[in-house]
Amino acid sequence: MDTKNKLLVAAIENGSVIDHIPSDKLFTVVSLLGLEKMNLKITIGFNLTSKKLGKKGIIKIADKFFTDNEINKISLVAPHAVLNIIRDYEVVEKRDLSLPDTLIGIVKCNNPKCITNNEPMKTVFHVVDKEKGVLQCHYCEKEQTKEEAVIL
Amino acid sequence: MGNRSLVTIADLTKEKILYLLDMAKEFEKNPNRKILDDKVVATLFFEPSTRTRLSFETAVNRLGGRVIGFANPANTSTSKGESLKDTIKMVSNYADLIIMRHFLEGAALYASEVTNVPIINAGDGTHQHPSQTMLDLYSIQKTQGTLDNLNIYLVGDLKYGRTVHSLIMAMRFFHPTFHFIAPDELKMPDIYKEYCVKNNIKYVEHSDFNEDTIANADILYMTRVQRERFTDLVEYERVKNVYILHESMLGKTRPNMKILHPLPRINEISDDVDNNEKAYYFQQAQNGLYAREAIICDVLGFTLDQIKQ
Repeated sequence: MDTKNKLLVAAIENGSVIDHIPSDKLFTVVSLLGLEKMNLKITIGFNLTSKKLGKKGIIKIADKFFTDNEINKISLVAPHAVLNIIRDYEVVEKRDLSLPDTLIGIVKCNNPKCITNNEPMKTVFHVVDKEKGVLQCHYCEKEQTKEEAVIL
Repeated sequence: MGNRSLVTIADLTKEKILYLLDMAKEFEKNPNRKILDDKVVATLFFEPSTRTRLSFETAVNRLGGRVIGFANPANTSTSKGESLKDTIKMVSNYADLIIMRHFLEGAALYASEVTNVPIINAGDGTHQHPSQTMLDLYSIQKTQGTLDNLNIYLVGDLKYGRTVHSLIMAMRFFHPTFHFIAPDELKMPDIYKEYCVKNNIKYVEHSDFNEDTIANADILYMTRVQRERFTDLVEYERVKNVYILHESMLGKTRPNMKILHPLPRINEISDDVDNNEKAYYFQQAQNGLYAREAIICDVLGFTLDQIKQ
């Protein structure tokens, strides 16, 4: 690659890189993960050129490895993002963030009469349509789309 | 956990439905059988429902079991803010079976996840009420001699009426043709129409309700059109008298046709229908006893053979 087009960001020794985040979802991902409260070295790229998306966002975090819960949250708002796990300057794992079959304790049920909104308990949603992002509450069985979903 | 609980009708296979109906038939022959001699059954009614509670408690009593519980949560620790989980865990120490009604949707499923004691869902909000569906199926089978290939007409509030939704689900094994008769505001929701398509259930929608529309019915299932369901009260005033069944409308109906209603009825079936031989709603309620005796025995692990002895 032409050095002039190269992004001037230091490579990280250990940590995570979330790439191919749609630009309009970048700051949602940032706040979902609570990055603004973290005391780690974080590089955030916004409106970068992407062949796949046109414009994309990217987040690099040193010394941070995400939990499944955090990964599922990202997959909900940025389903085609790619998570790279870096150890000793090498990408040791590359994961496409697709929606999992089940989301536990991540999304609020939008049915006010659902038991999950009235008991101290975790919500459970079954992803019934991964393409359209349709989620069904395990308890009251009401469906909602991931766009409607309020993340806990 | 989860065990043998009955939370939703959707969990039951065709074989299981027919088996429970056979068991109910056995209880109709003799409802008094001392099967639950050493059992304590809790009826927890977080939402009052006299009809359903009396039916379940009668079933337990006729089976020789003892009943504990409450009919109204106002006097219990729930009103002090105790969680459902804690109430269920506490009662699980005392009872062999919990029969519960709750105003929140999904409450029975959650309860079944936090205890090893079997749970029977006696209604959770507008969500599920499987024992109602079992008694509906029993009434249909008993009056028609079969569940297969019937024309079932559902009339009234098809939008919020959980009994009609559960009936559609339970009938999916038996090749019915459904007719949906409802005002625009209370039409059958798309999600259930899609369910019909997915499960090869034929359905026809009507908005008029008269002698001719119901002429081919085997079962006419009436439900209540409630005022509080309408956002537009002008619309309510317009339709409230349209979906009322009068005896004069029964002239062209089939001889085997029976009229069902989950009760309580307000005015959607006119009193002049009550003495017609096609009216079946009071016997339908009585069938609830047999259906509930069968459900109780099954979740406690008693088999049809054991009951026959």
